[in-house]
Amino acid sequence: MKLGIIKVALIGNPNAGKSTLFNALTGLRQKTGNFPGVTVEKKSGTFKIAGSGDEDDITASIVDLPGTYSIYPKSRDERVVMDILANPRHPDHPDLIIIVADASNLQRNLLLFTEINDLGIPTVLALNMLDVAASMNMSVNAVQLAMQLNVPVASINARTGEGIDKLKEAVRHAAEKKHSTSFHYFYEPVQSDLAMIEEVKELYHLDNDYVALQYVCQHDNFSFLEQPVRAKLDALIEKYGFDESQFLASETIARYEKLKPIVSRSIKKEGITDQPYWTRKLDSILLHRFWGYFTFAFVLLIVFQAIFAWASYPMDLIDEGTAKSIEWVKNALPEGVLNDLITDGIMAGIGGIIIFIPQIAILFALVAVLEESGYMARVMVIMDKLMRRFGLNGRSVVPLISGVACAVPAIMTTRSISSRYERLLTILVTPLMSCSARLPIYAILIALVVPEYKVLGILNVQGLALLGLYTLGLVGALGSAWLLSLFIPRKEPSYFMLEMPSYKVPRWGHVAFSSYESVKSFVLEAGKVIMAISIILWVLASYGPGDSMDRAEQATIVQVKSGTQEQRDAAVASARLESSYAGQFGRFIEPVIKPLGYDWKIGIALLASFAAREVFVGTMATIYSISGDTEDVPTIKERLVQEKNDVTGGPMFTPAVCYSLLIFYVFAMMCMSTIAVVYRETHGWKWPLIQLVYLMVLAYVSAFATYQLLS
Amino acid sequence: MSVRTVSHLKKGEKGVIKSITDKTMSLKLLEMGCLPGSEVRLDAVAPFGDPICINVGGWYCLSLRLNEAAVIEIE
Repeated sequence: MKLGIIKVALIGNPNAGKSTLFNALTGLRQKTGNFPGVTVEKKSGTFKIAGSGDEDDITASIVDLPGTYSIYPKSRDERVVMDILANPRHPDHPDLIIIVADASNLQRNLLLFTEINDLGIPTVLALNMLDVAASMNMSVNAVQLAMQLNVPVASINARTGEGIDKLKEAVRHAAEKKHSTSFHYFYEPVQSDLAMIEEVKELYHLDNDYVALQYVCQHDNFSFLEQPVRAKLDALIEKYGFDESQFLASETIARYEKLKPIVSRSIKKEGITDQPYWTRKLDSILLHRFWGYFTFAFVLLIVFQAIFAWASYPMDLIDEGTAKSIEWVKNALPEGVLNDLITDGIMAGIGGIIIFIPQIAILFALVAVLEESGYMARVMVIMDKLMRRFGLNGRSVVPLISGVACAVPAIMTTRSISSRYERLLTILVTPLMSCSARLPIYAILIALVVPEYKVLGILNVQGLALLGLYTLGLVGALGSAWLLSLFIPRKEPSYFMLEMPSYKVPRWGHVAFSSYESVKSFVLEAGKVIMAISIILWVLASYGPGDSMDRAEQATIVQVKSGTQEQRDAAVASARLESSYAGQFGRFIEPVIKPLGYDWKIGIALLASFAAREVFVGTMATIYSISGDTEDVPTIKERLVQEKNDVTGGPMFTPAVCYSLLIFYVFAMMCMSTIAVVYRETHGWKWPLIQLVYLMVLAYVSAFATYQLLS
Repeated sequence: MSVRTVSHLKKGEKGVIKSITDKTMSLKLLEMGCLPGSEVRLDAVAPFGDPICINVGGWYCLSLRLNEAAVIEIE
């Protein structure tokens, strides 16, 4: 092991406090990304261990591996763990492993430790949650445990940072120790497997028996093994008549048998041991057949209130700020193409992005609070049976709730669903949950058609209409899940099995950090797309093929003689837009969207928003500001109200058109980032394309029906 | 008498695990601490009667579906 810089991996059960320890060790000097070759999120960072006297400082680069109960993976996330640990050439292959164990559930947590120990990589055990153990009337003797397991043990409290220095010291000792001389296997393979192990070791130049066994058991999971190598291992399994599932069960039982006396010698019980009092008390309410749903509904109400009501204040400020700065820049810069590009193109685009920051920040903070406190696990339990009817799983609740903010991170959270079938269904329907990008579209169209008055004293009708659209999205999601489950055959049984963590006070720093991270990735990822589209759209709407725009202008000037100067200017601008590239696009698709009640101008906005829905309102603003009068800057709502239908001469945005647009946007899959993330998560174009088609058909048919019924 | 499984437990009732009858689910259940010889107690039942939450060996609370609980035989 090279001193100076060492590579450390953090491993532990879910809920053992791994991420908290990671944050405590690295502070905010952490990076998120993906493991090379796979899309599972990777958190990495560094920490320093100060040397004393003649010792040098050590810098440790640490990666946080996905939480797992054993080295035998059950979900896609977990597969990463062994792929790294069994492959010495992997860039993240660690020199040393810190295993985080939940002291209040020592026996099960140590199972993973014994497996990792046998892989032969130096290990340090971080004993966490001693306070929870104490509240269950248990105390753990760390010294006893260290002696029994033959491993350095550090008692820590990851939340308060207590014992972190001791842990670092233990890491230093383990790192400095030359090759471990006292290594012994925790699990001794049975006699009949030894010959096979020797053969595998020789074939692949391995020196560890247990790693050799993992080659046999898990070679299909190892991305670093080529196909011929896997075939060779299959032949070996055949030759020795090795029964894999038999082996896994007996190995696990043998490990527990050996652990049991060690655990009982290290733990002192005082009185009755049970889950902490508050956890039992709260569960009796939150899992109750009536109060459980009542609380969940209440929590959802708060979440929605927060996104819509509380977020509106900062959003208004941002909106106003953007408008003011655009006006300022417009006046400050000399008039011309550059001025237009900067203000109408770029700044309008940026404004369209940053306005969502409050909503996304609040939603992700609340989801983080629900997860951290342990409540999300309860929601999964009370929703499981309901979700099962639609072919989903209790775990699908988290992506569906997160989908209200943005489908992209929501789809990423489906990785915790171990059944590939349920995961796929969840991915396919999550985009139906109305994401925050749809909110401005909803808001502006509702403002146009729904009168603003109150019912029952407090309920705002416009708010109710909004709630209705969200409900429609949810119904659409569950309905399509059910429909899709009829067509996609289920190849594997469905599992639920979920550990219920004890309730905890959320770590506020972590909540803030996760909310910050989501905002950052939204602004950077979605922002790039929106910016690009704003600029492209501006170019397409400002230029036309050849001199077509100038000719259209001349023709209009000749035609329109009456009216004020303003009206003539508007007519000219409108004619110019119509003959621009964007206008010609709009005209081109007009026959397709005419049955839905839309004209070519809406068509342009529709096409532009294929990339991202949030572009829609901005595009409308751009188009109507290019085609409208230039005297004052009316709000987008005023522009829409003034817009005339070319054919009828009446207002363009009739209730039928508005409702048709609303319904279209509830269902339509108009988000390139979502398509990209589905492609990434399903490893191919098949599912994103199927999803795109079924959602487009659903949107088109529903919008068509709506328009025809109402007009 | 027919075989009793965890799915037959009443709220608050305890049982000792005898064996796990389903081969595909056994590894996951074993890893989650449902070992032959350990004691389980039914702690909570979700609103529609499924899934259930059991306390495993006095250590922690595990929630699982009824069909999963039905493969854990108890004495």
